[in-house]
Amino acid sequence: MKLKSLSIAAMLAAAGLASVATTAFAQAKEQFFPVLSYRTGAYAPNGVPWANGYVDYLKLTNARGGVNGVKLSFEECETGYATDRGVECYERLKGKNGGATVFHPLSTGITFALTEKAPGDKIPIITAGYGRSESTDGNVFKWNFPLTGTYWDAADILLQHISKKEGGWDKLKGKKIALIYHDSPYGKEPIPLLVERSKMHGFDLAQIPVTHPGVEQKAAWLQIRQNRPDYVLLWGWGVMNSTSLKEAVATGYPRDKMYGVWWAAAEPDVKDVGDGAKGYNGLALQHGAEPNAAVVKEVLTKLHGKGQGTGPKEEVGSVLYMRGLSQAMLGVEGVRRAQERYGKGKVMTGEQTRWGLENLALDQKKLDALGFAGVMRPISTSCADHRGATWARVHTWDGAKWNFSSDWYEADQAVIKPMIKAAADKYAAEKKIERRTPADCQS
Amino acid sequence: MFYRENGQFKTSYRADQQIFPIAQDRIAILALIAVAFVAVPLLADEYLMRAIFIPFLILALAALGLNILVGYCGQISLGTGAFMAVGAYAAYNFTVRIDGMPLIVALLLGGLCAAVVGVLFGIPSLRIKGLYLAVATLAAQFFCDWAFLRIKWFTNDSASGSVNVSNLSVFGWTIDTPYDKYLFCLGVVTVFALLAKNLVRSHVGREWMAIRDMDVAAAVIGIRPVYAKLTAFAVSSFIVGVAGALWGFVHLGAWEPAAFSIDRSFQLLFMIIIGGLGSIMGSFFGAAFIVVLPIFLNQALPALGSLVGLNIGTAFVSHAEFMIFGALIVFFLIVEPHGLARLWSIGKEKLRLWPFPH
Repeated sequence: MKLKSLSIAAMLAAAGLASVATTAFAQAKEQFFPVLSYRTGAYAPNGVPWANGYVDYLKLTNARGGVNGVKLSFEECETGYATDRGVECYERLKGKNGGATVFHPLSTGITFALTEKAPGDKIPIITAGYGRSESTDGNVFKWNFPLTGTYWDAADILLQHISKKEGGWDKLKGKKIALIYHDSPYGKEPIPLLVERSKMHGFDLAQIPVTHPGVEQKAAWLQIRQNRPDYVLLWGWGVMNSTSLKEAVATGYPRDKMYGVWWAAAEPDVKDVGDGAKGYNGLALQHGAEPNAAVVKEVLTKLHGKGQGTGPKEEVGSVLYMRGLSQAMLGVEGVRRAQERYGKGKVMTGEQTRWGLENLALDQKKLDALGFAGVMRPISTSCADHRGATWARVHTWDGAKWNFSSDWYEADQAVIKPMIKAAADKYAAEKKIERRTPADCQS
Repeated sequence: MFYRENGQFKTSYRADQQIFPIAQDRIAILALIAVAFVAVPLLADEYLMRAIFIPFLILALAALGLNILVGYCGQISLGTGAFMAVGAYAAYNFTVRIDGMPLIVALLLGGLCAAVVGVLFGIPSLRIKGLYLAVATLAAQFFCDWAFLRIKWFTNDSASGSVNVSNLSVFGWTIDTPYDKYLFCLGVVTVFALLAKNLVRSHVGREWMAIRDMDVAAAVIGIRPVYAKLTAFAVSSFIVGVAGALWGFVHLGAWEPAAFSIDRSFQLLFMIIIGGLGSIMGSFFGAAFIVVLPIFLNQALPALGSLVGLNIGTAFVSHAEFMIFGALIVFFLIVEPHGLARLWSIGKEKLRLWPFPH
């Protein structure tokens, strides 16, 4: 009897699920943006503002009337920053609502897994400011777009800033620089560049890993206490960042000698530490916190003003919110660019969007029109360069907000380009894929 | 009514000792295999294949391997994730370093390496038992995590520590689409399940069970504990290693050590506890429960929410998923401490008497 009622309940649940699924499929044809996000787990403090910004921009685009009239639809899927869950989400969303336009995995581990799947499914992957550094080479990585910069660029810019502070590259000789990194593909990405640079300039590089999720760092900071490095580079994410700062306070390591990557330089990282984080520096991936940007005001009036905002109102304009917002913009602009070639007002497939992303030409005028004046710099991509720009600045936490503390930097391609070429060639050889021909680039 | 062995006479020991002595069971299992090989690829869509069937099959294989060690030989192990990792990385290294390495050979070699490592970490089991052994096998987990993160050679000097494989093929059959992958996994799992079932019915399997039930008594009747325990570790790790290699090669395609973390070890241990210790069938039940249920909840909750007019966010779903999942584990353990496999056999017993229970 008990079993019977249980099975009836299960059947009812399944039937309900099926009916809901069919109504979802019956919707009108819209440009579908899957959202891989993480609002739970150790990385949620950083994942939430990003996801809110991302979703808000999609909503804002609809409020503006869509992309040449094509409305956007979206669906979130929680990855928890875990690779297997991310792959499941990708499989779940890629075929929904007429097919996914573009994926932002927001995890280097998931990026690696999806890189293998994207060419088969013909869906581009945007990894703006993360992912595989060598995927800049669009001749090998046809479907990956590490727009606005990679970790090699980030590491290079941080070293440029440090050398400038010291008074030249030659002054770095004999200095000790420690890299505290999240022990995952994310944290390990910058190491090849740092090693290369340490050979060039003769500084001493200490690599100190911190295991997931990064709340236990006593051993790492014991090494810092013993070695007393001149600078600490922080390559953390989620709770690891604030923990690092608290450990720095406990160890007595000066915060102004600490430099975080752009994923370790946002409000959730420093807020809990309060005054202890004062003087801590981090990279700003083009924008920092931009509460006064035009697009932020538009979000506040058009979405939050009507009660349609995704997260809390106070979050709008914070660093990671802006990053989600601008990364969504890059995807949407890829669609707009694709429409210029394949027909305005039509829904673009993943393959067509890929062309749009590869031929992205966002000049300042277009960015200003989108409300991104002062938030983003011009970006233009090509077959050979899927990255488009490598601009970044350093910003410093003053205890209450992030302030810019340096000029614009651009990563030194004389160092990075040969590394990209070598790594991409190695990948191509492993996978037995040919470099794309010039004819393929036109397609 | 239909499920009864009346009238099925056995005239030889061979017939009496087959895996499924009842004809109806044989037919049902053959039908199940036929459905799995033919109907499922025809009916299931790509998402079901990739997100549910393939992970289910591979984790069921790993659970099967672990069940041999824990369920049949009574040696608790928390190093399953590590043995999976050894299998995956060993198979990866054989593939990249030896040109033209066939996939199946690489998988089996990966399994062999895992077996060697398993035996090595199984040596403490000769002196320590129970929970203490679980702690000792944790060493395997941490050591392997460390080795694959730190020793560059294992990852072929990949800068990020993430390795990837592609272009899988077996005897000219390119394993590319999810359907190919599913069939390949299904083939491997079927063969290994059959082997394992026969192994646990053989004298080796009986030695394992004797050790599990009372090791002193087993030693008294002439079973060598060293041999029995280490063979259990070897066979178990071999199967787990092959499952690990499949997980990396077929399911993920690109992976880092986090894919085989301590969480995976716990997950597999839960699978066999929920599914049923000392039961081949139980490994499959447990894997199905642990793989499918969270994904089902994850998709069903928002749908159910929208039925009653609630908009449920992904964060809430993910929290609720953990809570419901945990509650169901407790529920099943209270209702049937011997696992889903026991429920299954109770069901069969009842079916035999049905519709006249008295």
